[in-house]
Amino acid sequence: MNRTADHPVPPPATERRDFLYYATASTGAVAVGAAVWPLIDSMNPSADVTASGTIRVDLAGVEPGQRITVKWRGRPVFVWRRSVAAIEAARAVELDDLVDTVDSARENPNLNGDTPARDENRTADAAGEWLIVIGVCTHLGCIPLGQDGSAVGEFGGWFCPCHGSHYDTSGRIRKGPAPRNLDIPPYDLGDDLQLVIGT
Amino acid sequence: MNMFKKLAISAVAALALVPAASFAAVEGGHVEDIAFSYEGPFGTFDQNQLQRGLKVYTEVCSACHGLQYVSFRSLAEEGGVGFTEDQVRVYASGFEVYDDELEDFRPAIPSDHFPANTSVGAPDLSLMAKARAGFHGPYGTGLSQLFNGMGGGEYIYSLLTGYTGEEMEQAGTFLYENTAFPSGYISMGPPLSDEQVEFDDGHANDVHNMAEDVAAFLMWTAEPKMMARQHFGFLGVFFLTIFAVLLYLTNKKLWAPIKGKKTAL
Amino acid sequence: MSGIPHDHYEPKTGGEKWLHSRLPILGLVYDTLMIPTPKNLNWWWIWGIVLAFCLVLQIVTGIVLVMHYTPHVDYAFASIEHIMRDVNGGYMLRYLHMNGASLFFFAVYIHIFRGLYYGSYKAPREVTWIIGMVIYLLMMATGFLGYVLPWGQMSFWGATVITGLFGAIPFVGETLQTWLLGGPAVDNYTLNRFFSLHYLLPFVIAALVAVHIWAFHTTGNNNPTGVEVRRTSKEDAKKDTLPFWPYFVIKDLFALVVVLAVFWAIVGFMPNYLGHPDNYIEANPLSTPAHIVPEWYFLPFYAILRAFTSDVWVVMIASWVTGGIIDAKFFGVLAMFGAIAVMFFTPWLDTSRVRSGAYRPMFKWWFWLLAIDFVVLMWCGAQPAEPPYSIISLIGAAYWFAYFLVILPILGVIEKPAELPDTIEADFNAHYGKSDATPAE
Repeated sequence: MNRTADHPVPPPATERRDFLYYATASTGAVAVGAAVWPLIDSMNPSADVTASGTIRVDLAGVEPGQRITVKWRGRPVFVWRRSVAAIEAARAVELDDLVDTVDSARENPNLNGDTPARDENRTADAAGEWLIVIGVCTHLGCIPLGQDGSAVGEFGGWFCPCHGSHYDTSGRIRKGPAPRNLDIPPYDLGDDLQLVIGT
Repeated sequence: MNMFKKLAISAVAALALVPAASFAAVEGGHVEDIAFSYEGPFGTFDQNQLQRGLKVYTEVCSACHGLQYVSFRSLAEEGGVGFTEDQVRVYASGFEVYDDELEDFRPAIPSDHFPANTSVGAPDLSLMAKARAGFHGPYGTGLSQLFNGMGGGEYIYSLLTGYTGEEMEQAGTFLYENTAFPSGYISMGPPLSDEQVEFDDGHANDVHNMAEDVAAFLMWTAEPKMMARQHFGFLGVFFLTIFAVLLYLTNKKLWAPIKGKKTAL
Repeated sequence: MSGIPHDHYEPKTGGEKWLHSRLPILGLVYDTLMIPTPKNLNWWWIWGIVLAFCLVLQIVTGIVLVMHYTPHVDYAFASIEHIMRDVNGGYMLRYLHMNGASLFFFAVYIHIFRGLYYGSYKAPREVTWIIGMVIYLLMMATGFLGYVLPWGQMSFWGATVITGLFGAIPFVGETLQTWLLGGPAVDNYTLNRFFSLHYLLPFVIAALVAVHIWAFHTTGNNNPTGVEVRRTSKEDAKKDTLPFWPYFVIKDLFALVVVLAVFWAIVGFMPNYLGHPDNYIEANPLSTPAHIVPEWYFLPFYAILRAFTSDVWVVMIASWVTGGIIDAKFFGVLAMFGAIAVMFFTPWLDTSRVRSGAYRPMFKWWFWLLAIDFVVLMWCGAQPAEPPYSIISLIGAAYWFAYFLVILPILGVIEKPAELPDTIEADFNAHYGKSDATPAE
């Protein structure tokens, strides 16, 4: 950079000198990288936050037809002990009528891979009495209405007031701008009705 | 070489400039130097010792003292007690914690913290090993701590083993003579007695061994990330040394033509 | 802009010309990086870079720490433990920030003493010096405010004692102290404002650092001989100087990395060595620790504060003359702030026409005595306020004032300085031999 006009070009740069300069410069680059990464990583969830990712809920006191909301990782999880009518309505729907016909393993971590979005695949038990979904609209993240039984939308499940998305009794998107069915959290529900959400 | 001399002078000056507060603190009672496994740049916690110390804490200290900043899940963290997740779950369920949502007590789960202290006047032990310095001086120079460490673990050990058996009554409370406690008399009665806690590994359980184990455990509760910190400390110093050598050579090469010496290359 | 004549930035490509005619920022960067720097600078000149690094380190780690810290008396201490135990790498960030403050002060003290020895405060660099002193004062304020945030016992009682200094001022003291604290005693309102100011001041410091650099880029660096760079022509200036990049950047970086290796060892292996154990006990407004001491970097001035007790004759005279308005407590406060204030006036107190202490045979001795005095005062500040420490502190404080107010003015008159080199080039060649080679690229 300090080129002086009245000077001959320095003698042919030796390779050893160049190597030394490159080695120093790249070590400096590594140092900067190693300094920046911890700063970024410190903004990732801390150990206490990831630890509270597991919650336990006793569902023994939930009546048929009752819906309860629990908080998991700062978001609501809708737990619904569905009535027979709601189960029948959910299971009667053909895949062709759905907007989002496939649940991936990311959308429903309790499955092994892409699975048709049938109600049988989305409920916690084979009989379909328990439906457990994350209560966050897949459109832009509002909380859908319907947990108190009012404003359940045109399909009997949930209705998101922000932009008018309607979910059916299996939590599947049927009408409105939301692109995907309501996500299902990873959970474990044994015969003793002790629900563990998160792993 | 002149440069190194000056840097060396700076380094010595750095150490001389270190009359940190603690060195001046009231020099307390007698503190014995223990060779804890965690000491020194390459020291590591002895997992078995931490588990024994945890048992001493659980069966003896926890009757009065809390560990409010320590979470049960951290018992499973690397570089520490080394419990499995299941061991943590079982261990935690032995404690009752107050749940604000339930408005009642319930058995603890791994994400809970140890309960806070339950007895008036019994300090929380989470940070005790860092809140006490066992070594001081000499003459406010800080050299003792430079070579022996801060001595928090040693202080706890010396306190637990420092009872002389003498006691006195003062304003209605009993005080027990203790050679490590700064004022000479402490309100806590001797907490440990020989063979009080049975260790699963059959380790010796006289007062001295138990005191050493619980002191090491409390050093872990105070500084649970010590192993990781020393690891990064070593990596950093190693890397910076290499970087310094490269920069030294680069600098030398860069200045060689300026300084009127023919460069070798 | 005046300054040492040198090649300025010339935009070459169309894009550069376009930008340069609208915002000459590349020119600013170029002129800053390529500033002609006396080529005989020695290793005492590296601490400026260390200080710049410290400021960046403290701001960057501080911003990340704030994301996890809660400035409330009920949560502050616990949130620090949250950082130490749960936040990813939080223990390193916190220890870096904590010990970073010590490195910052260690570096600034060497930087200041370098300036005192080589006469860097003298004309035409008075403004650089005074801005530097303001930065130092702000550093002390920031360090003090930051030490309160972990809300340990020393945090709380340090805040109580230091704000008590302002309470010693006659007539307005109590009102002033209450205003500083936001109430009758250190409490949540105090913690909140200290947190706000601790976040604010580093950015003020950063702005002043820019002005500090601007000032000495205008006058040019001082150097170990104190002889000015020849400004008669670009060619003459080139004989005395080298561009900052790459010569001094690489040299300073080398020194910085050596310093950082030591710093890193302290952070990794003994991070609490410079701290006080009592600060791992949560603040308790009902129980004062047996022995309150400030952080090590405040100790020399703390010793001066405590040195002037009511049985010292200057205090007695001051008290008698002012009818008791200046009591021992207020005198101590005046002495402490005065010890810093005299440093502001150094450019006008030093009467010698020779700048560098290297050519002042008598000055050298007095200077090194001052450096020793500083260390002794630091040591006394950590000791209990009782004999013999109180009398040593008093002697140390007396010498501190005597150096600036008596010795510097007199030395300039009675001292016969050694012969100065004619030019920086001559000095450099005397050390390293003459070279006919030219700066490599």
